Amino acid sequence: MSRCPGEGFPVVPLLALDTLWFQVAGTLCNLRCTHCFISCSPHNHSHVMLSLSTVRRYLREALALGVKEYYFTGGEPFMNREIFPILEETLLQGPATVLTNGLFLDARRCARLRKLDDGSEYSLDLRISLDGWGPDDHDAIRGPGTFERALDGIRRLWSAGLNPVITVTELAEGVASQAGRERFLLWMRSIGLSKPRLKTLSLFRMGAEERRQRGYHSWERLDGSVRVDPEGLQCGSGRMVTSQGVFVCPILIDEPSARMGEALGETLRPFSLAYPSCYTCHVQGVTCRT
Amino acid sequence: MDARIAVFGGVYSNYLALEQACRDALARGAEALFCLGDLGAFGPHPERVFPVLERFGVQTIMGNYEESLWLRRSDCHCGYTDPKDNHFAQLSYEYTALHTSDAAKDWMGTLSRSLRLDFGDRRLLMAHGSPRRINEFLWHSTSPAPFLSRMLDDYTADLLLVTHTGLHWHRSLPGGRDVVNVGAVGRPANNGRVQVHYALLTWCGELRVEFIPVDYDHHLLAREMREEKIPLEFVETILTGWWTTCLEILPAKERASSRH
Repeated sequence: MSRCPGEGFPVVPLLALDTLWFQVAGTLCNLRCTHCFISCSPHNHSHVMLSLSTVRRYLREALALGVKEYYFTGGEPFMNREIFPILEETLLQGPATVLTNGLFLDARRCARLRKLDDGSEYSLDLRISLDGWGPDDHDAIRGPGTFERALDGIRRLWSAGLNPVITVTELAEGVASQAGRERFLLWMRSIGLSKPRLKTLSLFRMGAEERRQRGYHSWERLDGSVRVDPEGLQCGSGRMVTSQGVFVCPILIDEPSARMGEALGETLRPFSLAYPSCYTCHVQGVTCRT
Repeated sequence: MDARIAVFGGVYSNYLALEQACRDALARGAEALFCLGDLGAFGPHPERVFPVLERFGVQTIMGNYEESLWLRRSDCHCGYTDPKDNHFAQLSYEYTALHTSDAAKDWMGTLSRSLRLDFGDRRLLMAHGSPRRINEFLWHSTSPAPFLSRMLDDYTADLLLVTHTGLHWHRSLPGGRDVVNVGAVGRPANNGRVQVHYALLTWCGELRVEFIPVDYDHHLLAREMREEKIPLEFVETILTGWWTTCLEILPAKERASSRH
């Protein structure tokens, strides 16, 4: 959608810049998930990878602004050759979470991650995405063999002494209900995660997902009369750094008008919820944070 | 001039531990006692906490529990995001609300949300979760120094004391400032030990922060919890020192050191 934000939409102030996201792998990914809201793929160069020097520049600014936590996503963050020094520098000043499909988590990388975690007073979290209860669901979205390979990555992390958060989309049958969630936690225990950590995520009807199922209906918008809670919306406390500058949130990086500036200091102003995906965040209480 | 204060975090209806902690603090020379709220939850007989606070002159501020009970809300606004955490939080809250009188709920509305005082040369600020949000979780591994420094700047303080997480920690910041999560006096610190903790702060030309473990009759508390039909998961925590609920909210490092 290319509609510009303007009058007639709820406006969300940035209460404080607590959460800083990095589109560290740009839109480059080894997979081509059919529900990806920014259509990442091996050939999507809309946003390119962030270099260590770029991340360092924003970390310096974040330090001065008192940012609380850092998230790294893509694309696939472990395709970025500088991801380890990036994480190492980040963990000197705050907690870090990496969102990954788990396919690059071989024993050597898991050991390096464990070493990074041991060396920091702040938490290092890995979040691995699954799209169902088994290969049938997951591989249909992510490609043949990806479920088993993700599971291998999860097990290697666990063996290295790291307890990843499993992120599962609402595509996993029943997982949005309390009973389904309990069932998924049990399943996680059955694969060896004795202290299971689970996050469920809603789908955004944009990018590849718009082609897979459908886009937003015309009525799926927020108008100015809707009362929104800035504390409950990620645009009320976070921003996203990409190779194209700083965007309001991780969802809207393909919307030119959601780019708020080049430096973090330019992006501390309020934001209009003019996009259909804002409807999802508001109605379903979605946050990309763990 | 030297000064010493004791600060208690979430009491969670554990009046037995609160009383022991008050005695212990006075024996160690504390000149004033403070409580940062969340008087109810988990434990039995919530109204047994109030006489202890009164007898020992504990100055108390409002936690999210007090705010919710005062406003007659249907839930505690604890800030959990996980359905299972919320399920157990709801059981605690409904029990506490049912066994707390209207007079006590009205009294909770008179509590202030923060408290300021001078402690040595420090501008001390006390709050429940954080100065900006009553139910904010400030964990050690996810509350970095730059973030805490910004918070102290925003609220013009040099020393901040909070609770709400149930886990105690202390972080010294550049410029001679400090943030202390005083932990909880009502529940063990998820470390396999049955003692609970409070914070003892001493000013002697510099700040000294100690977390004091407190033994109390936890078997009696467990018995009363069972008699009141409080979930056995909560009883297990009292008897083992390991949390069995509200684990999903823990950051990676804090979860790594927990049993469940």
